[in-house]
Amino acid sequence: MNEKFRKWLEGEGDLLEHVSDTEEKPYSSREEIKHEVKRINDRVGVMSQGRHLIRAERRGFYALYRIVAVVSCVFLIGVLLFTIANLPRYGEENPRATEVTRRYVEKGIEETGAVNIVSGMILDYRAFDTLGESHVLFTALICVMILLRMDKKNMRHGYEDFYTIRDEKYFDISRDSIMRTVGLILIPCIFLYGIYVLLNGQNSPGGGFSGGAVMGAGLIIFASSFGFKSVDRVLPGRRISFITLAALSFYSFAKGYVFFTGANGIPNHIPKGVPGAILSGGLILPLDIAVGIVVCCTMYGFYSLFKRGNNGSD
Amino acid sequence: MDFIWNFPLFTIVLSLFSGVLCMVLKRRTARTYTMIFELILICMTGAVLFYTIRMDGSFTYPMGEFPAPWGNEIRAGILESMIALLFLIVMFCSVLSGRKFLELDIDESKQNLYYTLINLMTAALMAMTWTNDIFTGYVFLEILTLTSCGLLIVREIGRTTLAAVRYMIMNLLGSGLFLLGVVLLYDVTGHLLMVPMHEEISVLASDPAAMTVINMAIGILTIGLSIKSGLFPFHYWMPDTYGWATPTSGSVLSALVSKCYIFLLIKIYLRVVGLPIFAGMPIRNILLVLGMCGIVMGSVSALHADNINRMVAFSSAAQIGYIYMGIGLATEAGFTAAVFQIMAHAVTKSMLFLTTPRLAAVSGDSLKFRNLQGSALRDRSAGVSFCIGAFSMIGIPIFAGFSAKLQFATAAVYSGSSVKLVLVMLVLAISSLLNALYFIRTIIRIYSPAEDEEQRWPVRGRINYNIPMAVLTAANLMLGLFSWVIADLIERGFASFV
Repeated sequence: MNEKFRKWLEGEGDLLEHVSDTEEKPYSSREEIKHEVKRINDRVGVMSQGRHLIRAERRGFYALYRIVAVVSCVFLIGVLLFTIANLPRYGEENPRATEVTRRYVEKGIEETGAVNIVSGMILDYRAFDTLGESHVLFTALICVMILLRMDKKNMRHGYEDFYTIRDEKYFDISRDSIMRTVGLILIPCIFLYGIYVLLNGQNSPGGGFSGGAVMGAGLIIFASSFGFKSVDRVLPGRRISFITLAALSFYSFAKGYVFFTGANGIPNHIPKGVPGAILSGGLILPLDIAVGIVVCCTMYGFYSLFKRGNNGSD
Repeated sequence: MDFIWNFPLFTIVLSLFSGVLCMVLKRRTARTYTMIFELILICMTGAVLFYTIRMDGSFTYPMGEFPAPWGNEIRAGILESMIALLFLIVMFCSVLSGRKFLELDIDESKQNLYYTLINLMTAALMAMTWTNDIFTGYVFLEILTLTSCGLLIVREIGRTTLAAVRYMIMNLLGSGLFLLGVVLLYDVTGHLLMVPMHEEISVLASDPAAMTVINMAIGILTIGLSIKSGLFPFHYWMPDTYGWATPTSGSVLSALVSKCYIFLLIKIYLRVVGLPIFAGMPIRNILLVLGMCGIVMGSVSALHADNINRMVAFSSAAQIGYIYMGIGLATEAGFTAAVFQIMAHAVTKSMLFLTTPRLAAVSGDSLKFRNLQGSALRDRSAGVSFCIGAFSMIGIPIFAGFSAKLQFATAAVYSGSSVKLVLVMLVLAISSLLNALYFIRTIIRIYSPAEDEEQRWPVRGRINYNIPMAVLTAANLMLGLFSWVIADLIERGFASFV
């Protein structure tokens, strides 16, 4: 070091000479330059549009934009208020328009076997909508995976790796003893509560979506207090995929079976059970469990993808 | 009840399952599986189409043991099966023909996720086509929105990310407005299924307070769906979205997704509101005017474009304008023309979007017009496909575009209003002229040899590009040559709507 510094003082060498090693290699061929230019153009394609925006700003576009935005919002508010003023009054009996809801409330328990009428509605009367809804969650997970999933195959630059390593080294809260102790006390309670909510969906407020969300939160707390590695030991990314596959395909096929038998007039041999018991409501309980698993895996999947951009599935 | 009644249910549930299954498959397996699965779906839907044509009517299929007003329902008629079949064929052709680009544009580890999205999108398209329940329409519209954003961002370059953010904002706005409209309708009628809702609305038609709400609900819902499908003032997200996506995504988004929203809208107009009531609603004139503006403005923007994909995308905006113009006429002939245009445009636009990247690939990966000089000579099969697509867009007889324009003109003649007649004719003439201008210019450009032509090696069309193009061309010619057969089927479909 001293030697180097002395050399530099005397004007013999360069203090930063080792840095020059990392200088970009010259391109070896025309093709390579072309490719690089195209890649940069694609990546930074936003630039050309940025220029449009700057020009628009100079011409006072933004003032106009704000005025138009405020005016159109006020107009929309006015229109909606006017519409609502014409709706049937709240609480007033409208015998024609409450035909469907009345049937749900009066005959729901008898027809679906679920004390919680909402569960009966979403998982029995209108189960097709809920089948779609659970796949909406799954689609969202796939989109996030497309955006954030990274593995050795698609890691283009080293720096992404550098930040991950730095974060894991210095900002890992799982070494914190407070976090660990609190986690140790809380996690069993959270899971127990989640399972309770999940299993009682047909008898009390709750069900797959809410129970799954509680359990997902439990998994996230587990991952942040004991580190991802301990979750990976039980639930590696690949296994999460398979569990989601099993839950969703069970849902599709169970409901497909009920739709098929119902429409064709074949008895489906699913016992309704005694309303109020834990094993009641026909398919509602298994479906709730399936939905709960999907929601739990989706929430944990989101967390792990946002945390380090890697679901570790490969 | 015949066994064939179950097929619409199978198409939806099996597509959902395939979507989830492709997540755990390897990419090659996922690809093969998706292709075979799409073929099976095509067979099933084709069987349903023949069945409904033979019985000359429709059937409703309860989803579960609970009958109509209480449980969900799907419905298959001639029109629904025809649209579903067309969607599946276009989907199959897009995936097959864009395969080469998929492998270049998408990271290897994410290709199976792409097929997941394709299968989920198929499920959503099928469900939205078959549904007899307006809220089921909303749920699957959400899946369609999310999958289309996913198909867009899967090519991870700056431009698609920007386009996807814009597309998502516009789409979520549209979904929100649609949901608002559905909620208002439910509040007034107390039903979500289309048939009981329609009965309720026919009773309420004499009540002015309820009619205000219904008008408003239909208006909000229409704005929502027209944002999503890209009607005139809301069409500025189109060029970036369609232009920079990977070819399969561009073709699917422009040919199927936006059409599916419009088909849902047509179903709501005809099955929920009913043609007599719709013909008295103020929204129809707004749609007519916006549709016409869209046709002219889209074509003018296409003239200015310096990039072939942007040109084709702006011409999409014009074609969407035609569909809304047909709806805005608010006659049965107008709706027939609109549905015909949906089919013609789906077949033609997918062909163009699958062809332009191939022209670009032999021109140094550039979509700019100046680089495309002579590209059709270097890739002959792509050149031929582009010409067929362009001729159909311009409206040259024997192609689908001509029959669609003819139907719009006929519908305008029978609309009973001379103002509408003059306006529609004028817009058709202007737009055909503009279409011819920019498409002929492009054809001349791609067929005139470049200076250094001898140095470049001509590329031969691959079989998995030529087969889908042949299928799409055949569909195009069928729509063009046997347009009266198709129009008759559409009318029979409408007849069983009520």
